[in-house]
This record gives sequence, C-alpha cells and structure tokens, in this order.
Amino acid sequence: MDKMPRWADVFLVPFINLCLAFMVSGLVVLAIGENPFDAIYFMVKGALGSTSGIGYTLYYATNYIFTGLAVAVAFHARLFNIGGEGQAIVSGIGVAVVLLAFDWPHWMLALPFAIIGGGAFGALWAAVPAYLQAKRGSHIVITTIMFNFIGAALIGYLLNGILKSPTSQNAESSGFGPGAHLPTAHEMLAPLGIEFSKSAPLNFAFILALICAFLVWLLIWRTRLGFQIRAFGQNEGAAQYAGISAVKITILTMLISGALAGMLAINVVMGEQERLIKEFVEGAGFVGIAVALMGRSHPFGIVLAALLFGMLTQGGFELLWEMPTISKELVLVIQALIILFTGALDNMVRNPVERIFLRLRKGRS
Amino acid sequence: MDSFVQLILTLDMSIRLSVVLLLACLAGLFSERSGIVDIGLEGKMLVAAFFAAVGAYETGNAWVGVMAGCAAALVFSMIHGLASITYRGNQLISGVAVNFLASGMTVVLGNAWYKKGGQTPTLSGNARFHDITLPFADALSDVPLIGPIYSDLLSGHKPLVYLAFLIVPLSWWVLYRTRFGLRLRAVGENPASVDTAGISVVKLRYQALIITGILCGLAGAYLSTAQAAGFGKEMTAGRGYIALAALIFAKWRPWYAMGACLLFGLLEAISNLYPSINIFGLVTIPVQFTQALPYILTVVILAGFVGKAIPPRAGGEPYVKEQ
Repeated sequence: MDKMPRWADVFLVPFINLCLAFMVSGLVVLAIGENPFDAIYFMVKGALGSTSGIGYTLYYATNYIFTGLAVAVAFHARLFNIGGEGQAIVSGIGVAVVLLAFDWPHWMLALPFAIIGGGAFGALWAAVPAYLQAKRGSHIVITTIMFNFIGAALIGYLLNGILKSPTSQNAESSGFGPGAHLPTAHEMLAPLGIEFSKSAPLNFAFILALICAFLVWLLIWRTRLGFQIRAFGQNEGAAQYAGISAVKITILTMLISGALAGMLAINVVMGEQERLIKEFVEGAGFVGIAVALMGRSHPFGIVLAALLFGMLTQGGFELLWEMPTISKELVLVIQALIILFTGALDNMVRNPVERIFLRLRKGRS
Repeated sequence: MDSFVQLILTLDMSIRLSVVLLLACLAGLFSERSGIVDIGLEGKMLVAAFFAAVGAYETGNAWVGVMAGCAAALVFSMIHGLASITYRGNQLISGVAVNFLASGMTVVLGNAWYKKGGQTPTLSGNARFHDITLPFADALSDVPLIGPIYSDLLSGHKPLVYLAFLIVPLSWWVLYRTRFGLRLRAVGENPASVDTAGISVVKLRYQALIITGILCGLAGAYLSTAQAAGFGKEMTAGRGYIALAALIFAKWRPWYAMGACLLFGLLEAISNLYPSINIFGLVTIPVQFTQALPYILTVVILAGFVGKAIPPRAGGEPYVKEQ
C-alpha cells in the first residue's frame, strides 16, 4: 500500500518544497534591504506582462527543456550528468560548423543538418566521460565538470582562431546566411493574425523542444532501451544479471543526454544569435539539474518546471531594472534553494506529509 | 643557473597554489572517510572566501576574516549534513545545491554591499596575510643550492601555508592514531558495525562535517586574504572539484593527498607561468590549452593513473538504522 496518494507525491510535496525555496529566497531579498513582495510583482510582470516578456520566458524555457531532459535521461540510469553546460558549448561549435559550411537555401533543409551537427558534437562531449566512467571507473560527476572547463577553453580557442570572423573585433564567428534563419514566433504567428512581439527571441526551437520532450517520454517508457536504462538505474546488479551491459547503457544514455543538451545550441546559436559567440549557454546547463529534479525526471514535469525557470530568468532580468541592489545571480540563489529543497531535503517535507496521510487513513478505518 | 632559478620559482609557486587544494582535499578526506560524499567543497570554499574577505575588510584583521570564512563554510557544511545525514537525501544533489547557493549568494550579497559587480574591496595592510620569513633565511640566502631552496622556496610564505602543511600530519594522526579516527574510518566503511558497538553514526558524521567545514573555511580564507587581495566572482574556479580528484588520486590518505595536491599545484603553476609554450620554435601551444591543462590532466590522472581506487564503502549512502 502506498503511504500517500499519487497526487500528493507528484504535486503536493514538490509544491511545498517550492514554497519553502521561495520563502528562503524572500528572506535573502529582505536581507539586502528590498521588499520581497515587490520583487515577486516585478518578476511576474516582467515575465508575463507583455508578449515580449512571454517571448523571452518561453525562449529561456526552451533552453531549460533541453538541458532538463538531458539531465533527466541520465538520472533514469542513475548517472549524474553535470556537464550539460560543456556539452551545449561544444554543440554550438557543431551547429556553427554545419551552418557556416554551406550557403543554405532554406531553414527547413538547414535545421536537420544543424540538429545532427550539434547533437553529434554534444553527444561526443558526453561520450568521453561516459566511456571513462564505464571502462575506467572515473567519477562521472568530476569528469563532466572538468569537460565543462575544457569545453569553455576549446570554444575560446576556436573563436580566437579558425572560427573567428575576419570582420569582427570580438571573439565571435561570422553570421550565418539568411537561409539558416529559423522562423521567430513573430513570423510564425503573423499569418494567423496574432500580433507577437518582434523583439522576443522565441523561435521554432520551442516546438523542437516539445517534440524532444515527447520523444524522451517515448524512449524511457515505451522502448526496450528505455526499459534497460531504467532497470540499470534502479538496480545495476539485477540489470547486469538480466544481460544488460553496463558499458553499453552508460555510454548510450550519455550520448542521448549530451545530444539533448546540445539542442540548446539550435535555440540560441541558430535561432537567436545567428552566429557563434563565446558565452551563449549562460548557465542553462546547470539550470537543467534543477529542472529535472523539480520535474521528477518526467518530460511533462520538466516542461512545467522549465516554464517556471524561464519565468524566473526573464523576471529576474526585469527585476534588475526595477531594483538595482539586486543582481541577476539572485536567480541562481533561487535555483540553488529549489535544488536543495526539492532534491536534497525532500524527506524533510515528505516524512511529515506521509505521517499526516497515514493518520488520516487510520482515522477512517 | 638560470634554469635553477626558474625551477625554484616554479616550485615556489606550486607550493602557494597547492595550499588551497590541500586544505580542500583534507576537508574532503574527513567527510568522505565518514561516508559522506562531498561535491560541495567548491561552494564551501567560495562562500568562505567571500566572508573571509568581508570580515577582513570590515575589521582590518585577516584572522577575523579567517574566522568569518570558517563560520560561513561551517554553516554550509551543516546544510549538507542536514540534507545527507538527517534527511537522508541524495548527497550529490545536496552538494550541487550548496555549490550553486554559494556562487549565487556571494555575488548577490557582494553586489548589494559593495556595488562592485560581486567583488569585495581590495584588502591591504593587516587585512591581508603577509609572508613569514623563517629564521636565518636572510643569512642563508647566499649559500649556493641550499640558500635558494631554504630562503626562497621554504621561507617567505603566508602563515596559512605552514598551517596547511602542518594539518597533514595532524590529519594522519587523528585518522590513524586516535579513537575518534578509528571510529570515523569505520563509519565510512560499515556504519552498521559502529552502530552495533553503541556509537552514534549520526554524531560521528556530523563531527566529520564540522572538520570539513573548518578546513574548507581555511581554504577559502587563504584564497581571498592570502593568495589574492579580496574576493572575486567564482574565484575558486573548479578547485573544489580538482581537490576531489586529488583525493581519489590519493586514495583517501593524508600524506598521499599532500603529494597529489603538490602535483596539481605544479600543473597550475606551469599553466600560470608559461601561458604559451613554444616547442622548438615549431609549434606554439595556445594560451587556452595551458589554461585548460589542469582540468585536462585531472581527467587523464583520474582515468589512467589512479589504478584501483576503492572509496570508503559506505560513501554516498545514507545510514538507516535497523528498525
């Protein structure tokens, strides 16, 4: 018999965790001398108050769906991929190489190849730590973190060398051709008669993110590989006894995870910047951890959590204009607290809630 | 002779740079030996570096800074303890949360207090640690060979440097020669047996995390009040993770930890001193490569040279008392 109903497990406990995280964040805001309720008001207004705000919110959410899915797939195999940041960076190189290689005639042709290029580079960057974990026993958390630093150095090197635009002073690549331009929300919604902000960076990649979420659901719960991944994650010994190869599952899972993290580059490099710049990931790889934890590693939960974090990011940027003493790292604090409460201190809320439900049930019988 | 001076200079810098790693590594040693995996060394060091700089700046005394840093790291260590001991949460996730909390919190508070983009004001005078000259260092400096080794390499470091290297034998003694150390090692291997002997697993693990917190505090304080003159955003730059790699390399033993940290310190010194190496005038190794070198070699050493590193058996698993 379950200790508590499913709705309490899936919604009530995370919700209480979230409230606790926000309460502590509010205390931080209070500590630096600002009114937390004003802060919430400015954040919500900034994130949802205009089509431009919504466009930015969904644009950030797109990134977080990709990185959240990446972390979640690895979580199912009980692998902790903390290298989404580096995988996304390297994918950016892949996307840029594909888009700079040809003068693409149309984005519908360019997109699949950009996905392959970015996905392959991201998967490769995740494959090395996966191989080292599976074959040499190197701790995947440490190696993926090291690969974040190495990836940052690599993109720095390439953008000051062969990928550097000859016409620019900055460390950035040349712009991609007009044929590689992904349709923005404004362009997609205009034929339907919906007026959407021109400045918002929301683009076709959002739809790609939703497709990826569905595909991950399909993979994890409807395919043989997904079953093997979950079995491996639940009980490594039993999985191996059933003939599931640890090396194969570790590497395959990380390849998928790295490729998913790499799709972020489609949204940012191809969809928004239309050229490769150095710091385009901006911590989204790490946000993925919080998103995966909040979403309980389920694609549906991840999309919801990504929307929340998209609002936080966009709202946080707007907050900077209204409250100059607050810095954009406040969002990082909120993320950390959400990871802490939903991930690590989960039992702090879960145990009392379980007890309440047990008592209620006893009272009834 | 020139290359000898160069060598002394490189080794001197290695010692300076290895101190942070060494303190963090010993911090991780106590935590992991008690069965608590600690990815959050990085965050604890960062928050300690910040509060040490704040404490030192506000009071003008570097030692007050050290205490402030230790206190801050201790608070973060207790958060990790609460999550991983009391509430039996996932220790990796708790560590990640601690790291993010530190990188966000330091900048938010630093910006609100000093308005310098997350930096603290530059420390000067007694708010910073100064070099200690060992006895006879000046007198001996002209003696060939021994002179430079003694007066340049061994003398002239900050007090925390000597403290860090003293903590190595102290850690060894505590771990292998005291009752507390025996119990600590046992609780990381087989907590149930410790429990059966009537000793509290929870209490032992919290004690280990207190030591971890203080050592991380020293590491962070060294970063901002001795190695640099103030706190800078993300100034730990992955050293907490490199310290963990060094810990694995050292197979969770204090003396080997010192060796591993000196090696990583040497790597960092090389990448700092020789940013672009030119090999026989043929190939110039790019700056980005030497910057990434410590990280690359961390991966290489973890993958290739560790051999069989067996972590404390109960590491990462919360202990559930038999019911």
